[in-house]
Amino acid sequence: METMTGARALMVAMEKEGVKEVFGLPGGANLPMYDEFARCNIRHILVRHEQSAAHMADGFGRVSRKPGVCFATSGPGATNILTGIATAQADSSPMIAVTGQVPVAMIGKDAFQESDIIGMANPAVKYAFQPRSPDEIPMVVRKGFYIAETGRPGPVLIDIPKDVQQKEASMIFPDEFKIRGYHPWTTPDIANVERAIEMLLGAERPIILAGGGTIISSAFAELQSIAELLMIPVVTTFKGKGAFPENHPLSLGPIGMHGHAEANKMMTEADCVLAIGTRFSDRSVGTFEAFEKRLKIIHMDVDPAEIGKNQTTSVAVVGDVRASLRIMVKMLMQKAIKRTEENTWIKHVKETKEYWKENLKLHPGEMGAAKILRKLREVLPHESIVTTEVGQHQMWASLFYDVIQPGTFFSSTGLGTMGWGFPAAIGAKVARPDVPVVDIAGDGSFSMTENSLATAVLEDIPVIVFLLNNFTLGMVAQWQRTFYNRRMIGVDQGKCPDYVKLAESYGAQGIRAQSMDELDKAIKTALKSDVATVIDIPIDPEEDVLPFVAPGTSLADMILPS
Amino acid sequence: MWAILTLLVENKPGILFKVTHLFRSRNFNIDSISVGVTDNPEYSRMTITTYGDEKQVEQIVKQLDKMIDTIEVKHLDEHKTVYRELSIFKIKLSNANDSMEVNKLANAYGGKIHDVRKDSIMVELTATPDQIRAFEELAKPFGILEVARTGVAALQRSGA
Repeated sequence: METMTGARALMVAMEKEGVKEVFGLPGGANLPMYDEFARCNIRHILVRHEQSAAHMADGFGRVSRKPGVCFATSGPGATNILTGIATAQADSSPMIAVTGQVPVAMIGKDAFQESDIIGMANPAVKYAFQPRSPDEIPMVVRKGFYIAETGRPGPVLIDIPKDVQQKEASMIFPDEFKIRGYHPWTTPDIANVERAIEMLLGAERPIILAGGGTIISSAFAELQSIAELLMIPVVTTFKGKGAFPENHPLSLGPIGMHGHAEANKMMTEADCVLAIGTRFSDRSVGTFEAFEKRLKIIHMDVDPAEIGKNQTTSVAVVGDVRASLRIMVKMLMQKAIKRTEENTWIKHVKETKEYWKENLKLHPGEMGAAKILRKLREVLPHESIVTTEVGQHQMWASLFYDVIQPGTFFSSTGLGTMGWGFPAAIGAKVARPDVPVVDIAGDGSFSMTENSLATAVLEDIPVIVFLLNNFTLGMVAQWQRTFYNRRMIGVDQGKCPDYVKLAESYGAQGIRAQSMDELDKAIKTALKSDVATVIDIPIDPEEDVLPFVAPGTSLADMILPS
Repeated sequence: MWAILTLLVENKPGILFKVTHLFRSRNFNIDSISVGVTDNPEYSRMTITTYGDEKQVEQIVKQLDKMIDTIEVKHLDEHKTVYRELSIFKIKLSNANDSMEVNKLANAYGGKIHDVRKDSIMVELTATPDQIRAFEELAKPFGILEVARTGVAALQRSGA
């Protein structure tokens, strides 16, 4: 037992959890915690807006699969991280958000910079703590990290009143603890895995739908084994993009509103789907009713509440999807099941894939989105990590940037948070400094958190912003062109700012690429650079993302390029 | 479908807020809710009644179960459950006969009489929500001045 302040206990407890970096911004109510950075081995990475701190922690968490940590002060500092917390929750990303709070005696008095962040954040967190006495802090941190990273991961908020940070207490740092109402792991039911196998073997047109849970549980090898042993084509959700190598002959890519044409087609033709770690979100499956009647659905998920939430299923396997898939692989091995013959379904799948490879009309210009993203893929090493912002560029990335090495592609898919990609890339780079990290961005999203350039430069975190710049809120413009008779309202961003000069003003590198040659050189220059680089790529503001499944319609009704 | 849910939860501040917030944010409805500490002061028991089809009720139970502060969540079969609600009615008395009539009615439902005045009378009734509604219908002609209800408390029968 050791006597120390609450703030000191927080840092010691976080060091015990293996925390090496914290993303944050100081203020009145978290100064006692900040003072402790002087006396511990945790690096503080200063942001220019707390929302970015949360996104950095999120990006760090998705890549390292350990909770990223962000710090913010009370009041506006805390409310600024809310969007980041909600983003992490929507995408099941492990995160610890630590906020300062006004002293206990001031709570509820509408004190300066007081906000009821526990109340505000409640529906957006996996759990929230507000220790009222310093000796609670070691246990709160232990439980907080455990909750954030186990089962279905998510953000945990720790809100610490200033006097609780300042007061001293005898601290016990617990190894063991019990949370009575929390059972993150369910052992997969073997009988249900067996039924799932029978169903897949009995199907004529089986398909695998890999969701984000496949990536969170790193079930890449297991997924590939099952696809190959049973010779089943693989589609993914957008969040599951890259759960399966997209250059694999059985890969069809993401389904969804802007899914690959061949993926959407095959999804609607399948008679049995093995859905892994997915919540059947509306953006992924559209209106499913059209073909779900003849579709048998096997659903694997770690979260029992996902079973039957959006989709009725024939067989459900609750448990970590990697554990469930492992059982499946083992059973297939034991039964010596391995398909080698190409059946009519696989032939049809391959023909469809081939057809769309040749027949999907692309933008005719030199700087069309497909060409730009394929160039990026061609130059980037396979182990590079890519994040995206939210908008047209994101969907073009989904369509034209093939993920070869599983688990190297991350995006704000659930909440769809513009401004996520750049700070998330910074967090990713902190987690994996050994690989290139690229934020595929659009000008609309990038402008929301572009001030993170300061963090990238000052903290020496050389990420690449790959900016598809159409000077427009492009996705909204596309909807206005498609659904609102070309009445373009509130989408023109003008030629402002000049992103090359913007980058340079922060001390980053800015390169404009207006031809494929320039683009090739720019990417190579950026990869060699010691500082963050913004590659500004002006593109046609009229280019649409196609195929497009209109909201509220079926995947069978794709709008295709005319 | 009317459903009775019973929740064993941590007896800590803020849990009621989280449970009710879950109903709001997931688009479910609370018909009634009652909370009280159990014999073990570490836990409270909440009884919530709600409406929804089978799928919705199943989803409510799963979402409540997922909450870290809930120890146990059950959807009770009302035929295998003892469930009661306490209600207090303040009923208008318009003439001399009314007092006797209300007394009779209260007796028929096993109610207790409180606070008899010249122009009003209070009836305490512990019964199922259906019985309380039936009593209410019959009391309406006298004139109901005020009603307070606690919401259902429920426990599953042993061996059920």
